[in-house]
Amino acid sequence: MSVNLTLLIVMGALYACGIYLILERSLTRVLLGLMLLTNATNLLILTTGGYAGLAPFFNKDTGADEYADPLPQALILTSIVISFAVTAFMLGIIYRTWVLARQDEIQDDIEDLRVAETPRFDAEDDAPIPAETSEFPLTMLGSDGSGISDHADHAESGESVVAGAKKIPAADAAAEEQPGSRNVNPGPEGGVK
Amino acid sequence: MITVLAVQFTVAAVAPLLFRMWGRNAFYALAAVPAASFLWLLLQHGAVYSGAGAVTEVIPWVPGLKLEFAFRLDPLAWVMSLLVLGVGALVLVYCARYFGRKDQDLGGFGAQLLAFAGAMFGLVVADDLLLLFIFWELTTILSYLLIGFARTRLAARRSALQALMVTTAGGLAMLVGLIMLGYSAGTYRMSAILAEAPALVTGPASGIVAAAVVLILVGAISKSALVPFHFWLPGAMAAPTPVSAYLHAAAMVKAGIYLVARLAPGFSETPYWQSIVLGLGLATMLVGGYRALRQTDIKLILAYGTVSQLGFLTMVVGLGTPDAALAGLSMLLAHGLFKATLFLVVGIIDHQSGTRDVRQLSGVFRSSRALGIVAAIGAASMAGVPLLAGFVAKESVLEAFVHHASAGDTWSMVVLAGIVLGSVLTFAYSARFMWGAFAVKPGIEPTPFKAVRPSFLAAPALLSLLTIVYGLWPAPVDAWVQPYAALFASTAADAGTAAEQAGHLALWHGLTPALGLTALTFALGLAMHFGRTLVERAQSRVPGWIDGDRFYQLSIGALDDTAVWITGRTQRGSLYFYLSVILSMAFALPLTAMLLAGKPLPTDLYFIDPFSPLQPVVGAAIVIGALAAVKANRRFLAVLMVSVTGYGIALMFALQGAPDLALTQMLVETIILVAFVLAMRSLPAELRDRTGGRYRVVRVIIGAAFGVTMVFAAIYAMGARVAAPVSLEFPQLAYEGGGGLNIVNVTLVDIRAWDTFGEISVLALAATGVASLIFVRGRGDRLRVSATVAEGSVGRQSAADPGSREAASLAISRKFAASAQDAWIVAGRTLAPERRSIIFEVVTRLIFHSLIIFSLYLLLAGHNLPGGGFAGGLTAGLALAIRYLAGGRFELREATPVGAGTLLGIGLATAAASGVVPLLLGGQVFQTAIIELWLPVFGDIKFVTSTIFDIGVYTVVVGLVLDVLRSLGSEIDEHFDEHEAEPAPDSLVEDVMAGAVSADGHEPLGLTTEPIVKGQG
Repeated sequence: MSVNLTLLIVMGALYACGIYLILERSLTRVLLGLMLLTNATNLLILTTGGYAGLAPFFNKDTGADEYADPLPQALILTSIVISFAVTAFMLGIIYRTWVLARQDEIQDDIEDLRVAETPRFDAEDDAPIPAETSEFPLTMLGSDGSGISDHADHAESGESVVAGAKKIPAADAAAEEQPGSRNVNPGPEGGVK
Repeated sequence: MITVLAVQFTVAAVAPLLFRMWGRNAFYALAAVPAASFLWLLLQHGAVYSGAGAVTEVIPWVPGLKLEFAFRLDPLAWVMSLLVLGVGALVLVYCARYFGRKDQDLGGFGAQLLAFAGAMFGLVVADDLLLLFIFWELTTILSYLLIGFARTRLAARRSALQALMVTTAGGLAMLVGLIMLGYSAGTYRMSAILAEAPALVTGPASGIVAAAVVLILVGAISKSALVPFHFWLPGAMAAPTPVSAYLHAAAMVKAGIYLVARLAPGFSETPYWQSIVLGLGLATMLVGGYRALRQTDIKLILAYGTVSQLGFLTMVVGLGTPDAALAGLSMLLAHGLFKATLFLVVGIIDHQSGTRDVRQLSGVFRSSRALGIVAAIGAASMAGVPLLAGFVAKESVLEAFVHHASAGDTWSMVVLAGIVLGSVLTFAYSARFMWGAFAVKPGIEPTPFKAVRPSFLAAPALLSLLTIVYGLWPAPVDAWVQPYAALFASTAADAGTAAEQAGHLALWHGLTPALGLTALTFALGLAMHFGRTLVERAQSRVPGWIDGDRFYQLSIGALDDTAVWITGRTQRGSLYFYLSVILSMAFALPLTAMLLAGKPLPTDLYFIDPFSPLQPVVGAAIVIGALAAVKANRRFLAVLMVSVTGYGIALMFALQGAPDLALTQMLVETIILVAFVLAMRSLPAELRDRTGGRYRVVRVIIGAAFGVTMVFAAIYAMGARVAAPVSLEFPQLAYEGGGGLNIVNVTLVDIRAWDTFGEISVLALAATGVASLIFVRGRGDRLRVSATVAEGSVGRQSAADPGSREAASLAISRKFAASAQDAWIVAGRTLAPERRSIIFEVVTRLIFHSLIIFSLYLLLAGHNLPGGGFAGGLTAGLALAIRYLAGGRFELREATPVGAGTLLGIGLATAAASGVVPLLLGGQVFQTAIIELWLPVFGDIKFVTSTIFDIGVYTVVVGLVLDVLRSLGSEIDEHFDEHEAEPAPDSLVEDVMAGAVSADGHEPLGLTTEPIVKGQG
């Protein structure tokens, strides 16, 4: 089929601008970029209809190929209204972000940053184990093994281990196993201090 | 065999119940299962050693994968099973006294131990490579659970995991090897593969077979703890001692030996076999023996001794000669007997004295002579002292290696020398074990030792008795092993019978070189023992060699670090980074594909559509709008520029011949503009560009490249189209089937009704989402009616400085508003006077109802003329937006007595009903009926039922717009008013919000934009 370059070039320009905006930190710009992408996509679908034609209102005397293609139009109509709903939803998100954090900016994910700082030390893998030369002193203490915790020693001895780039107390490293780590401090506006 | 297996696993499954009933004595019941199986095994002796030479059972499992439950009990499997079932039963008996009455979790432990015996039996009788692998991994997992029995102890957990990691890593290599082998052989039946092994080894696939055998050997050496995987076995000593005795001495670690023994008849001639088996075996034997001499824990002496013996056994069974095969299996049995005995003795010592440390144990022999004698028999057998099983077997081994070395090449001499050296070490650590466990040591208090009950000692005593019987009367063992050794026998004419080639087990072979070597071994071993202080001093001077355990720790640590490093580099928490990567891929891959394909561009490209020559002009406007939106650094300017592109697109739709689209796009753009202004009024007007700098170039490149890629992708995709569009049928379908002239509308409500139904569901969801984001709790369907609101109370400005221009204009507006007599709109009076615009109120009064009527017209006429549910709904929404802007939130409340949620629900229900009712009437979902009737005044009416669907669409769209207005409009207004009413500095979120705005030096937008919007009206 023949291809309308004008529409496609406009579409390409809209895509380029939309992508540029979407890569921005400001949420508002991201939303605007999204709207440009929507428009670009609508144009793309429109282009698949081929040449412009008569408005698709049925007339007995008109040949089927003389109408502008109705199928892309139906798809675009759906797309327009859906993108309206999505835009409204994004507006709600922007407003809510503003109310909660006074931010119109996309923050880096603290949890992901935390993963990058995970200490190499893992108590389960790396804590020193005292040599045990009998099974029976342990079982005599009771089934839960309380009182012979492997972690307690380090907390008391104040050892420190290298975790990522910094030294942290061994007790903290052991606590890394638990939720709510103490090793990454989120700043008041998110991000790591 | 299948029955035996089934019984083992079934009893294992119900074992926890037995323990609940009988406590630790349930171990006796469990022991009965392998004991009974052992009897069954003895009964099979006749069948295995006569006639067919094997008992076979096959049940198809997954025929498509050539997977079957194929079992085969041949002499090798039979001998292995003796060990597996016999020692299994004895260890279970021993457990009944080893554990305390009050020990926790014995049910699970017993079940695992019994299941392990079953899995191990399955492993040795499996005749299918994949079935073998399944049992292999079962033993691995059960060993993991059993080592980690004391799960509150870090040492147990870590050792269990280490054993699991090492053996599964080897197991995976083995799986690859097994599949390669099975694939090249064309069958997974082991007996068949071994039968055709000579052809395989020399055939066209010999390279693959050799590689497969190497991979399988990797599995075997990891399981049998050969160098470089030897470290996990001493670690596994964190397991309860009965587990160590069974798994790590008698059964599981023998799985690797078994596999070597199983494959040796067919594959010992493959290229790498001898170097792997002999090289690693010898290294393991020496490393294990050397390290055993350094240990102070008697259990670890045995553990390293086991490592050493496993290397020894691998060499013997892997050598691939008849005499070595005979010696290998004999040694395997002897080792199983004495090593299990010794481990059980260690368990008793630990149990009765509370330590296994040679530096604390002293005088144990005096406390329990019976235990000492049992242990001495085991240790003597291990050292190879005459009259015991170990002597008979070891003599035979030396015989085989002397024979092997008689060929005269250096390598076999080295192996022989290594074996002798290893035997010396074995003798020395056996002596060290006995000395460490039982001797009276000067300067150490005699260890307190509780008396050993006979029932506790029974199992090791029986094993040491068997050691003696075997040593004095080796003929039965010889008979059991001969058929296996015969598999290696040469068929050359002058080679003699198989039994002549293999030789026989005997106490006395005469004065042979082997006997001389044994004597040498004893002499050197005794010398090492009595010079143990010298040996210790020498050992302590040698720096720690390459420590496999340390290496394992380092590699696991490095793996963790790499994982964190990669995660830290890729999961950076930055949306910008993620999107850049995704979008770069999105253009790089298609672009590369298009460039590589090198197809010519389609020929029929055109710039100017003959039916619509104005498109380039409009297109230029759109592009300029988009670029301006990118450049804009004021928030509302950017929004307006995006709207320019939106309106431009609407024009483009009109030019292309799509009036419906143009209409809808216009309406949507307008409402979006309103929504933007409403939502953004609290945000600062500046749009700061914080993603500047070098990232800007990246963004330009990604954006431009993406745009260009999309253009070319579209050109190629459309140029590739050859079939006639399906939509050519649509006009006829719409008119005849759908009963409408507007083809697009009929497509929406009839031809593609399912699609539209999905879409309006999305609309309802999004509307609910907006409402929940703003209202947070509930969706705010209950707003007070305007009658209850005080006059002029909404949005009242705080007084400006007296005397300023603002104060003057405020005063004037209040005066004018107060003089208005008739209300143009219902809730206008609730607004603060300075917020009212009389012109806007009048205009609203004039056009609201017209707009609503027009929207209904669009809805109903949409079937034949431009319009439809979407356009109609949006028009009605626009009318509501005007009401809201003119009269505030109470005006909107008065205009819509029904809540937005209700509207959405009604709309969805209507649309759904128009789909379901035809079904109830015997039609299809969403089937359309055309009803023609005559009404007075209206005349002929042609009613199409799909209009009902369109009414649903209309209602949903109105609900959506209403939700947007009430959330982004009314509710945010209310936030502002609450802030005005309670200006306490730290009371509410809104305070913080407004405070931040003014602190930044921007005008609080909420107070300025509303008048602007009114002015537009």
